[in-house]
Amino acid sequence: MEQVKQIVHEHYDPEASKIGMWLFIFTELLLFGILFVIYAVYRYMNHSAFELAAEELDAFVGAVNTIILLISSMTIAMSTSALQKKNVKFALLLIGITLVLGIVFLINKYFEWGGKFDHGIFPGSAYLVENFSQGEILFFGLYFIMTGLHALHIIIGLILISVTMWRIYAGKVHADRPVLLENTGLYWHLVDLIWIFLFPLFYLII
Amino acid sequence: MSSERNHIVPYKTYVFVLLALIALTLSSIAITTIELGGLAYAGALVFAIVKSFLVLTWFMHLKYDKLYIILWVVFVFAILLVTVVVTFLDYLYR
Amino acid sequence: MSSIAIENEANYLKYKGRYKGLLGWILSTDHKRIGLLYLYSMAVMFLIGAGLGLAMRFELLAPGKTVMDAQAYNATFTVHGVIMIFMVVIPGLPAVFGNFFLPLMIGAKDVAFPRLNLLSWWFFIIGIFLVLSALLFGSGTPDTGWTFYAPYSFRTGTNLLPAIFGAFVLGFSSILTGLNFLVTIHRMRCPGMKWTKMPLFVWTLYGTAWIQLLATPVVGITLVLVALERLFSVGIFDPALGGDPILYQHLFWIYSHPAVYVMILPALGVISEIIPTFSQKHIFGYKAIIASTMAIAFVGYLVWGHHMFTAGMSGTAQYYFSLLTFLVAVPSAIKVFNWISTMYKGSINLQTPFLWAVSFIFVFMIGGLSGLVLGALAANIHVHDTAFVVAHFHYIVFGGTGFAFLGAIHYWFPKIYGRMYDKSWANIGWAVFFIGFLTLYTPMFYLGLMGQPRRYYDYLAEFHGGNILATIGSWILATGIIIIFANLIRSASRGEKAVMDPWHSKTLEWTVPSPPPVENFDEIPVLEESDGPYNYK
Repeated sequence: MEQVKQIVHEHYDPEASKIGMWLFIFTELLLFGILFVIYAVYRYMNHSAFELAAEELDAFVGAVNTIILLISSMTIAMSTSALQKKNVKFALLLIGITLVLGIVFLINKYFEWGGKFDHGIFPGSAYLVENFSQGEILFFGLYFIMTGLHALHIIIGLILISVTMWRIYAGKVHADRPVLLENTGLYWHLVDLIWIFLFPLFYLII
Repeated sequence: MSSERNHIVPYKTYVFVLLALIALTLSSIAITTIELGGLAYAGALVFAIVKSFLVLTWFMHLKYDKLYIILWVVFVFAILLVTVVVTFLDYLYR
Repeated sequence: MSSIAIENEANYLKYKGRYKGLLGWILSTDHKRIGLLYLYSMAVMFLIGAGLGLAMRFELLAPGKTVMDAQAYNATFTVHGVIMIFMVVIPGLPAVFGNFFLPLMIGAKDVAFPRLNLLSWWFFIIGIFLVLSALLFGSGTPDTGWTFYAPYSFRTGTNLLPAIFGAFVLGFSSILTGLNFLVTIHRMRCPGMKWTKMPLFVWTLYGTAWIQLLATPVVGITLVLVALERLFSVGIFDPALGGDPILYQHLFWIYSHPAVYVMILPALGVISEIIPTFSQKHIFGYKAIIASTMAIAFVGYLVWGHHMFTAGMSGTAQYYFSLLTFLVAVPSAIKVFNWISTMYKGSINLQTPFLWAVSFIFVFMIGGLSGLVLGALAANIHVHDTAFVVAHFHYIVFGGTGFAFLGAIHYWFPKIYGRMYDKSWANIGWAVFFIGFLTLYTPMFYLGLMGQPRRYYDYLAEFHGGNILATIGSWILATGIIIIFANLIRSASRGEKAVMDPWHSKTLEWTVPSPPPVENFDEIPVLEESDGPYNYK
């Protein structure tokens, strides 16, 4: 019974971490991809109802949220460059902007959803069943599920960003080891990528 | 390999990409306000595809990544596309 | 030999890490310990699932109610299916032998993300407990079948939500394992191990990992939708609200058909390891096996609709799915040819693992060929949802994956525990198991062709004979399982010491002591140009 220490590897392989993140992103892409398949099928089956229901959504709010997310994506991408240039404060500022913009996105979403709930448009509401056709109910069902799941990913992204900021601040993530920041960025861009498709599919149907 | 990892993208590049993305967003809104019917909708989707291409290439650094990672991404999108097509073999001909 | 004995003291079974006793296991990030954690938790679940299977067979001993009523029978086959599919055969080979041997076979010290690996096991356990909680608490055991088909899955009053959530968590565990393996294979092969020098088991794990990664999210989101449907009646799959229940079937099988390949691909890999070892001959058509593995993984992703031929799909889709189903048989057949050709003129050593491998080929071929009967559109309408289907997938899933699993454990047992099992008892166990298996499932082919539907606790009097035979078969099979388990459990602690390479195999896991040391290799091995996993003589 020899005492052997469990050796913790200081094994640093940024490429392994990166492809690990990419593989995880693939699962997310499939997750949302299948929701897009469902959307496509039901839109095909309920063409006009979807167009009618989409008029309930405000394209302006959607566009604002799109631009917010795009800017937040840019700042987190820039943050990596700043960190690599050893400009830690600027990196923290940029990723901080991403954090704030993510929160602003969620606040917008909150008011948007809240407005719908006030009008009795939410899954399972009696008002919805009485006043809307089946196709429209499906549209709103998909709207709440897909934007809801997306919002959940924003929240996860915000937590990830907070952790990353703390690790940068603590000096654990730095110019020679930026992989956590890069991976957080990848995740955030994924969230952006999904929104790029959600926006025209729900807000821009005329 | 190390030079690849240390590749620093200039801030300017990101700003240009962002401006392109915003321009595409506004165009996709603009195109759906014109009466083009289904064509407008297809246009909006094309803009979305171009936007996702920009995000993948620049923001997600695929431009600087190794070939196999790029092939993976292409493969995953292809799988998704095939899944849609096969599912629609049912719905289109039902 | 003496040097081995000294090193054995620091082997992975005995070393003390930060934690002692049980905690040293359930908090260990060592891939070998995690592999065994999976093995033990899976063995428990297998015994529960097998017990439920025996109960079902006992119910079918005579027409009418024998020991349980219709509702109890529905619950029994649901739980049997959920346990066996989600907790035993899908994680089975990758989680146990993949975890244990993937790093050893590619010359690495561990997987790429050891802590993530431990997390996967914890998700696995949490998933198990969630599913089991559905049985014990709430308003009755789920009775939907393991497929959770809409719209019944949100109409039934039984306690389905924890089961669905459990399946979701189990899926997450599967995804993380696949992710870990992919990164490990890409980044941690030892110097000189090119892609074309990887053992075939590793190649099949690679294909499997891709399926786990790309297919599991589909069932994850589908199950979430069913849960949302139950909670908020969103309407996605509910025909009363405009949803399409057939879309549920599409989505479910987009995952669950590839899941069949998650079960069978590593099994094919195990057989591709055992056969060259016990033939002492280079595997025939190494690259053909790799190509067929990847082809199965890819084409297997696109044939899901053959589970739905009677559901009301369009004719076009039916033709397409039927054609591709026939295509996927080709790479499977290529592998069988390769194995047979490997044995040809080899110096065959008829040990227990080899017996399992040969019987695997036998049942796999019957299972596969009966799959073609089901893949043919006209024949499918006749046998859809009959006992024929039950026989078919038990031949593939239990006969395929199960035989390969038992072959794998008899093959790698001396490496895992550093001890050899009792070979004659192992052979007896194999023989009893094999006879039991054939007696249990073969009559079901006949019963199905004659028209006995599956998933009923009752049947017409004319099916009585076949059912008696099958039930007797289940008892023989259970005897075989008891013999095998008893032999292995006893030998794990009391078998005679095993040498480093008892089967004279050439893959890297046999170059380390049995049981392997904590960090696998003192020095990372380097492969020469002439080295290879199957270079015999």
